[in-house]
Amino acid sequence: MIYFRIIAARSIAVSVLVCSFFAASMLAQGLEKAPPLPAGMKGSDVNDPRAKLSPGLFDAGEISMGIKHLMLLRKPDAFQLGVDPNSPKVGKALTALGVPASAPIPAEVKMTFAGLAFANSDLAFQGNYLFLGNFYGMNIYDISNGANAKLVTSMLCPGGQGDVSVYKNLMFMSVEMPNGRLDCGEQGFPSPPPPAAGEAPQQGPPAAQKDRFRGVRIFDISDIRNPKQVGAVQTCRGSHTHTLVTDPKDKSSVYLYVSGTSFVRQNEELAGCSGGAPDKDPNTALFRIDVIKVPMDSPQDAKVVANPRIFMDATTGAYNGLNNGGTHENNSLSRPSDTDQCHDITVYPEIGLAAGACSGNGILLDIRDPANPKRIDAVNDPNYAYWHSASFSNDGKKVVFTDEWGGGMGARCRANDPNKWGANAIFNLKDNKLGFASYYKLPAAQTESENCVAHNGSLVPVPGRDIKVQAWYQGGISVMDFTDPSSPTEIAYFDRGPIDAKMLMMGGSWSAYWYNGRIYSSEIARGLDIFELTPTKFLSQNEIDAAKAVQVSILNVQTQEKTEWPRTLTVAKAYIDQLERSQGLSSKDVTKLRKSIQKAETSKDDVEKLRKLADSVEKNAASAKNEAEGIRLKELSAILRQPTL
Amino acid sequence: MVFYSALIRFRFLKNRFSIRAARCLNPSGRWPLSIGLALISVACVPVLGQQSDPGGSPSVIQPGAPGQPSRVLASSTRAILPPRSMKDVEFMQGMIMHHGQAVEMTTLIKDRTQNKELRLLGDRISQSQADEMNFMKRWLQARGEPITMQMAAAAGSHSHGGHSSSKQMSMPGMLSSQQMSELKKAKGSEFDRLFLTGMIQHHVGALVMVKDLHDTAGAGQDAELFNFTTDVDSGQRAEIKIMQTMLGKTP
Repeated sequence: MIYFRIIAARSIAVSVLVCSFFAASMLAQGLEKAPPLPAGMKGSDVNDPRAKLSPGLFDAGEISMGIKHLMLLRKPDAFQLGVDPNSPKVGKALTALGVPASAPIPAEVKMTFAGLAFANSDLAFQGNYLFLGNFYGMNIYDISNGANAKLVTSMLCPGGQGDVSVYKNLMFMSVEMPNGRLDCGEQGFPSPPPPAAGEAPQQGPPAAQKDRFRGVRIFDISDIRNPKQVGAVQTCRGSHTHTLVTDPKDKSSVYLYVSGTSFVRQNEELAGCSGGAPDKDPNTALFRIDVIKVPMDSPQDAKVVANPRIFMDATTGAYNGLNNGGTHENNSLSRPSDTDQCHDITVYPEIGLAAGACSGNGILLDIRDPANPKRIDAVNDPNYAYWHSASFSNDGKKVVFTDEWGGGMGARCRANDPNKWGANAIFNLKDNKLGFASYYKLPAAQTESENCVAHNGSLVPVPGRDIKVQAWYQGGISVMDFTDPSSPTEIAYFDRGPIDAKMLMMGGSWSAYWYNGRIYSSEIARGLDIFELTPTKFLSQNEIDAAKAVQVSILNVQTQEKTEWPRTLTVAKAYIDQLERSQGLSSKDVTKLRKSIQKAETSKDDVEKLRKLADSVEKNAASAKNEAEGIRLKELSAILRQPTL
Repeated sequence: MVFYSALIRFRFLKNRFSIRAARCLNPSGRWPLSIGLALISVACVPVLGQQSDPGGSPSVIQPGAPGQPSRVLASSTRAILPPRSMKDVEFMQGMIMHHGQAVEMTTLIKDRTQNKELRLLGDRISQSQADEMNFMKRWLQARGEPITMQMAAAAGSHSHGGHSSSKQMSMPGMLSSQQMSELKKAKGSEFDRLFLTGMIQHHVGALVMVKDLHDTAGAGQDAELFNFTTDVDSGQRAEIKIMQTMLGKTP
């Protein structure tokens, strides 16, 4: 059996190579060269080892720092295009690509031509299950054993992008594309039959379809192997993303903030939908988000309860009260363009705030009344092309926004792409006001055939530091420390070479999230990647252990929950490592503390002795170099005083 | 059909493993039994045998409409692409021509106006439209469709009347040959004005083409085409606003 597997796998690899060569040589003309760097801008680093990795779908070169790749689970069969040998299209397509008709083209390469139709998208987690969204449906994995995760359920239900959230027995999924059907059918909607030669076209099916679905689907996942659709809430622009919002005061319902970014559908299909200009059409489906209320015990009754006009000018009442201020995409013209949509919203119910990444602006919302979010601040930035997503720091004092310049399908990390464009922007948040601090972009240059730009990430719960792991499409995964908002730094990374050297095939990491000790990455074309962090000079084993000690029962990354670290000796050791790194404690103190903790770990009597050390640690806090160091010293002394064992 | 017979032929060549590889990736295809069920069962199971859990193989299900039960599907189920309509293909072919005219218009700028703002706008339009044309050509090629609209198709979708001469002029927003020649003759601020009004007309036409596409039964269901049209729609809307403001300033 093993013998056959090796041979078969090798021959797949060979034919992938041969066929990619044929296909690539025909399609190479599509690659975009980066224009010269604008004056005063810096590009990405071409000397980084990530800049020149060998290409391949499943055999690309890989490199990492501070990250260990545990496994790649390839996309399940049901999410890969079967080659229908009887289809005349197949032969025709190959001929057009310059591939001789006699060359067998493996499904793997075929699949990537139609990649986006089966692209993996966002991730959600609950208990031992990982929910991986896909334009074609979603997959559920059992991740109880990280190095041996297993597919449990493949659910077919096309409609893109398949952004998923999970809450108790319910799972929610975004649908925006015109092929989405209420019944999850993969057949989409028929076209009118082609007219016979010399005949006028026949009357075809109507464009408006009562069975079309664009909005948010609700599934009951009580039986994890057999999710059942229990509700489906239609919206005018569909749902590009959605965000689960819990109400601290009312546990009987949850809310979904729906961000629609595509066209407004016909009134004939969904009554009440129109997409007129904001000054002429008071009902326009542009310039708003949709809020869905889901009663937990009757999800079938979920419905849109509000359409907040969150871009409204408070003085004039005009719906189009916000604009991007003119972006670098057209900065030479300096013409502001209206903001009429959010792309994604991250809520932090415990602090009553949400950060919206809303195409032309980053906005701050008061969500204490979840059905009626109110804008309290808005920023724009000349280096930003498209405000895409947001994350709060755990203490709620910073917000990291991302700029999806080029829409995710473009190569935007080339040597000549400025490192302020398509980057993260870190803002300080004080008294409900956002204040710009700095940019962070993947430092390594990527090739012209790698789609690359800032994308989705989550916090890594290392106590005493603000750390975010983040997807950069084919730029790979980068772990950023933004404890000091004015100088974020990279502390770990993983990257693969391009899927193909000569043509840009849609791929790479869509989302990379930390969940209960491991990093999970939704790889658009390849499958599900699982990683763990490994110690480096930038991050110690104690810090990793302290992060791993934080266990949650659910993770929807756009629904942030506050992390409280237990007052354990593991956490204390992480703080000591940080204080040693920043020289916030003398090396003598560090050695003494480590010895005392080591003793306390084995003997109860020695736990008492830790108390004596607490005072001197706390005294150092008064002379701490910065706020972060002061907090580490205070937290450390609190643990020494009364450790949880 | 071509693909099918190619594989049969291959069977008699030495590269049997390639056949097996291609076959393994398609156990659900309709193949003659003679090609070897044995090969599928022996060689494919290990290759495809991912996640075979002693506790039960993964379930493949397809939900029903809200309130309806889900269907359990065979583990051999493969993905199928959403339907692609003739309208999608014509949209891409038409949009390549449509973009072509925009690029042609921008090449006129250099010799006809010193307006710095307009020259920058021209560069930007030229670059983005050229990039998009490349994308559209790639989309069509990868699907085995011709890059240019065939005259027969253009005529067929039109009429019995025989205006097969030009689908081009019937595309929304395209400048007529008279408009183009007026633009070519103009200089300075008169050129600026004609260029801006022409390009606004042209961009509004692109919006009409996108709306038309989405208002056509069966169209716009391909993921890449859907993404592309969403981008065209928002990008051209923004440029129209910019040009309207510029036009307000042009004497």
